[in-house]
Amino acid sequence: MSVSVLESKRLEAVLKGDEEVEVVGTGTDAMAYALMLADIDVTSAYPIRPYGGVMQTVSKLIADGYLKAEYIVAAHEHDQFEIVKHASAVGARTFVGSSGVGWLLAIEAIVVISTDRYPVVALIGNRALDDPGAYGVEHNDALMVRDVGWLLVWVDTAQEALDTTLIAYRVAEDPRVMLPVGISMDGAFLTHSEHVFKIPPKSKVQKFLPPYDLGNRKLHPSNVISVAPQVNEDWVTEIRKQMDEAMKNARKVIVEAYRDFAKIFGRDYGNPFVEPYMVEDADVIMVGMGTVSRPIKEAVRRLRAKGEKVGFLRIRWFRPFPTEDIIHYLSGAKVVAVVDRDYSFGSPFDGGAVYTEIRSALYEAEHRPLIINFIGGLGGREITYNDAINMFNIALDTARKGKVEQRVIWYGVRE
Amino acid sequence: MTVTVRLARTVKDLLQMAQTEYFNAGHRTCQGCESAMVLRWVAKAAGPNTIVIGATGCMYVANTTYYTTAWALPWIHTQLSGTGSAVVGTAAALKALMDKGKLPREKINVIGICGDLGCADAGLSEVSNALTHTKYSFLILMYDNESSANTDIQETTMTPYGALTTFSPSGKQIRIMKYRWKKNMAAMMVVGHPEVRYVATAIATDPIDLYNKVRKALEIGGPTFIHTLDPCPKGWGYDPKYSHEIGKLAVETGIWPLFEIEDGKFRLTSTSARIARGEVKRKPVKEYIRRQTRFKHLTDEDIEYIQRKVDEMWEKWLIPGLIPLTKELPYPETKQ
Repeated sequence: MSVSVLESKRLEAVLKGDEEVEVVGTGTDAMAYALMLADIDVTSAYPIRPYGGVMQTVSKLIADGYLKAEYIVAAHEHDQFEIVKHASAVGARTFVGSSGVGWLLAIEAIVVISTDRYPVVALIGNRALDDPGAYGVEHNDALMVRDVGWLLVWVDTAQEALDTTLIAYRVAEDPRVMLPVGISMDGAFLTHSEHVFKIPPKSKVQKFLPPYDLGNRKLHPSNVISVAPQVNEDWVTEIRKQMDEAMKNARKVIVEAYRDFAKIFGRDYGNPFVEPYMVEDADVIMVGMGTVSRPIKEAVRRLRAKGEKVGFLRIRWFRPFPTEDIIHYLSGAKVVAVVDRDYSFGSPFDGGAVYTEIRSALYEAEHRPLIINFIGGLGGREITYNDAINMFNIALDTARKGKVEQRVIWYGVRE
Repeated sequence: MTVTVRLARTVKDLLQMAQTEYFNAGHRTCQGCESAMVLRWVAKAAGPNTIVIGATGCMYVANTTYYTTAWALPWIHTQLSGTGSAVVGTAAALKALMDKGKLPREKINVIGICGDLGCADAGLSEVSNALTHTKYSFLILMYDNESSANTDIQETTMTPYGALTTFSPSGKQIRIMKYRWKKNMAAMMVVGHPEVRYVATAIATDPIDLYNKVRKALEIGGPTFIHTLDPCPKGWGYDPKYSHEIGKLAVETGIWPLFEIEDGKFRLTSTSARIARGEVKRKPVKEYIRRQTRFKHLTDEDIEYIQRKVDEMWEKWLIPGLIPLTKELPYPETKQ
């Protein structure tokens, strides 16, 4: 049972006042407060760690009357995702989520949410896929849906989780997009660790996030339409192409959303797609997603103090993929070292999914840096500051030699 | 509390009460499709203030091929096993939006339609979960043509004992591949979900009975469930012109008892009630079975076995067709 639900006075302050409130809570708590501010209409829950934390806070907010939403405990993940799909079709703002194999049990419903173009927002509390059972973070669960029309974003702090949730609804529900968003949070490291974060007042959220409007696609007796009829082979190509346009539009809409977010809330994330950290003059740039940023940033600071030109690039939005930004920030480096908290068995050069995407993006760069790949932290194993230093040393060594000796390194494997 | 609903007593009543079609021409179901007849009557009984959700199944494939939808009601597809979830999501969204003043408050019927594979097999847990969400109102209609009919007639748990399907052929070594007895869905739904206020079986052959049951289910509110048996010329193997006759025989032979359970009260209806009262004699099951090529390989002994099982259901069960508890059980327990 979550104990992080705020006392009523502070919740009423953000719901009725104009000031933001600073609190301590987990990444999932932060997301739950964002759902309260976004005034979601329908949500469905099913227990699995580490996603479950968000519903523990959401259910308490509903029970206490701070969030008025229909809250449905489902039979399993497929049920969960079908429930929100159909609630969204009626015009309700919805939230759902899961982790690991649970997220994949819902895959059939996950796919129809995007192919039917419903702006559902979901939490993917990243978790290793069974077997063997492990609660810890691994990104393969979210990456399994990289090709089915979901926008995917990785967050790094509780504050970013809260802010990104509000941004996600704004982007997903934009008429130019109308695609679902999956917000990835590293299991345990972010979902269950406590941070200081600020809850903005609802009055500002209302300025930022317009009401969800499905327009003439809304399912209601006054609007006699047939949604998702069987098209056979006649129309699938056109429907997929429309999704492609929507996904491409999302790049522009994301920029607009972050710009307005900074204006209204005063928190500026800079480049929405990636977080560059000391990359301007760096010879060696590490790339990663999620909370791996923290030990790596610490390593960057200490190596910089010793005069090493190193930097870090955190990928925030993985779909749509920030191709231009990747080329912009990475093509000046001598060595790019991608840390994958996932693995793609049998992929080109047998590496991680992020590594493969970055190699692909950099193929178009005028200057192609050397690229190496670390597979690390699988199943929730910690990547420490010392690990980050070791990885940087391998990358710096690669830069000195001017050639890649080993493309993909499984970091820290017990032999 | 019994809900007062205007019911049809005669065909004339029915024709007066349900003149408008909401399931129209334009569909591509097979000739003699009784499932299409079920949908037609369900739509008539529900009327215009209705949202229909159709799971994958033959009634998805045949009715909503792009440009030819038969539905004059708002309609949306759900996945094969998604009916229970879809009706809950729809009803919950309507409730949330009405509670928040984003939609005008009015009664909107939510009807989820699933075939036997989607409902009794793949979607069973979602339907079961839905039937526990008593704060929402919806009807789940399971149209049962005893096979997966749009994927070339494959066996489901609803396929009757002995029937041929493409997954249960008859061979030199094994004559009867479908050796499993048909699952008792309506009973399972009513016994397992004690707060559901209305569960019924029906058949398109008896449209008065079907129409009234749909009206009752929608009026009584909360989650409700109706199971229809739908003769299928393609899957069962008979000339399409006999669909109604085959349906009638299913009831007259006692294979398909028509009943309803309203607020826990069981009642056989229509012909099944007349059989129970002794006004009509049950016909031998052979008359039903020998009319369909799906049973052509059955021997007289096989049919006798089926007859024995049906007799047992009528003569020995506490409630015919509903709960396979026999009257011989010491109930209530007597002290020696």
